[in-house]
Amino acid sequence: MFSFLRPRMLSFRRPRLSMSAQEELAGWLFASPWIIGFIVLTLGPMLFSLGMSFTNYDLFSWKWIGFTNFIRMFTFDDLVLRSLSVTLRYAFLSVPLHLIFGFCLALLLNQKIRGLSIWRTIFYLPSVLSGVAVIVLWVLVLSPEFGLLNSLLANFGIEGPNWLGDPKIALYSLVLMSLWGVGSSMLIYLAGLQGIPTEMYDAAKVDGANDFQQLIYVTIPMMSPVIFFNLVLGIIGSLQTFDTAFIATGGGPAYSTYFYMLHLFSNAFLELKMGYASALAWLLFIVIMLLTMLVFRFGAAWVFYEETFKKEKKKRVKGAG
Amino acid sequence: MAVTKSNALVPVEQGTWQRIGSYLRRKSVQHNLNMGFVYSVLTLSAVVISIPLVWMVSTSLKDATQVFTWPIEWLPNPIRWLNYPEALSARPFGLWAGNSMITAGMSVIGHCLSATVVAFAFARLRWRGRDVLFLVMLSALMLPQEVTLIPQFLIFRQLGWVNTLYPLFIPPFFGGAFNIFIMRQFMVMLPRELDDAARMDGCNYFQILTRIIGPQVLPAMGFIAINTFRNRWNDFFHPLIYLNDPQLFTLALGLRSFRGEYAIEWGYLMAASLAVMLPVMVMFFFTQRYFIQGMVFTGVKG
Repeated sequence: MFSFLRPRMLSFRRPRLSMSAQEELAGWLFASPWIIGFIVLTLGPMLFSLGMSFTNYDLFSWKWIGFTNFIRMFTFDDLVLRSLSVTLRYAFLSVPLHLIFGFCLALLLNQKIRGLSIWRTIFYLPSVLSGVAVIVLWVLVLSPEFGLLNSLLANFGIEGPNWLGDPKIALYSLVLMSLWGVGSSMLIYLAGLQGIPTEMYDAAKVDGANDFQQLIYVTIPMMSPVIFFNLVLGIIGSLQTFDTAFIATGGGPAYSTYFYMLHLFSNAFLELKMGYASALAWLLFIVIMLLTMLVFRFGAAWVFYEETFKKEKKKRVKGAG
Repeated sequence: MAVTKSNALVPVEQGTWQRIGSYLRRKSVQHNLNMGFVYSVLTLSAVVISIPLVWMVSTSLKDATQVFTWPIEWLPNPIRWLNYPEALSARPFGLWAGNSMITAGMSVIGHCLSATVVAFAFARLRWRGRDVLFLVMLSALMLPQEVTLIPQFLIFRQLGWVNTLYPLFIPPFFGGAFNIFIMRQFMVMLPRELDDAARMDGCNYFQILTRIIGPQVLPAMGFIAINTFRNRWNDFFHPLIYLNDPQLFTLALGLRSFRGEYAIEWGYLMAASLAVMLPVMVMFFFTQRYFIQGMVFTGVKG
């Protein structure tokens, strides 16, 4: 069956294809599951969804309505901008907090401490356990009267708020919930820290740098690609938040945790406005792309890539010579 | 010199604070102080981060009145083990666990197979269009799923797959960009000589993949398997849009409906949630090394 894949070298039959042609064919063949999948499940649907966003398709009938969906998003449907603002506020709060806490924990774990693997397990475990069970747990933790958090606060004589029921703080409670999973970013930063060569610190010490200066001038620049990578992934991920809000608050109270994805979900799968929901999806797509591009533009200024640095150095040396 | 010597003979009156100060300036002491600070911050964070889990276990063993007492009774008295069998038999958790097992298990098989085969093409074979397609795949990595979500739903609906488990585990057989990417990065690191030697021995490409490269990439496969299992087990969104029939619910969906009905029965709720978490937790403890290596590999070198 795979005889045509046989390289020419030791094939006793006269091959019908030259070796490079065989390799060519084999390449396409082995890549075909993904190529088919990409066309059928990604590229096709993307174009389909783009087309659909200009119609009012609702599973039963459709009509071409031009830009009406996109106009309606900003004129009639005030939940679009509202949910977008909730989502962006969540992203701008949770992504930096994950960065700070994850990075600080990683710095602590990088101090030649004893029992590293035990500490790592303790901090990492919660982030492995994402999902409905964790959300159910946190709903109880944040319960107004007998929840864990308010029971503990009561020990200090503080009457805790209704974390998920107060529209002013519900969104922040969700950020708090997400911080329980800070272990995954901690782990990545820790690995990055362990990859920084010790000679760099030795050199810095010889130059008389104290701990803080070492952090600023060695650690952070060396870590910047990892930080950047996590920042991009974090933004993309947090803009698509759905589960937590859907299960814990259902978007309430008073739409204070009504994430963009909740709006998209209810339009697509509850009201079956597939055309309109496709337009919503494209708006989210554009927002994500814009933000990513912004981060990339902004990142070029402070991310330090060793390879490019070496290349430039070489160039400079050559130029000088 | 003589002056200092004579001074040394006279007992110097030193204030307690001065003595403490000079003691604290010693290097070894400074180091101990730093480490003390590190350990205390770590301990505090560890307590904060694990307290919800401890509370969860404790609550899952309490009856309705014990749950609502203040201050918190960390070790329930009496311990109510019955919460577990009662909660898990109140709704068809066994059936849901089976559905979760099928979707997660099949997805693991699908992703491992497709990632290995496709990554082989990208990492070990030379063909026209490879580099362009690889770039396409990298951009697909960043693509949010929203824009493909609705058409995918319509396609699966057309196929009559709504209210079946198929939409949850068939797509993995066509490969996920992320998994292929990891596998490809892993395969690229293997020496070229492996393929050449196998070719000399008359292996075709399929045999090179199954006999030579396959066994070498088991660690990457392990990571993909673990990660896929966890993601699918915890997945809520896809089951939510594809499954209506309670008989077909996965544990994630089932737990949510259970929560809807038993919102006040905290003991039951925590027992059921812990049971749902358990497989992932057990898997994590046994495969921690792979898990962490894989996370690190993707996060740092990706």
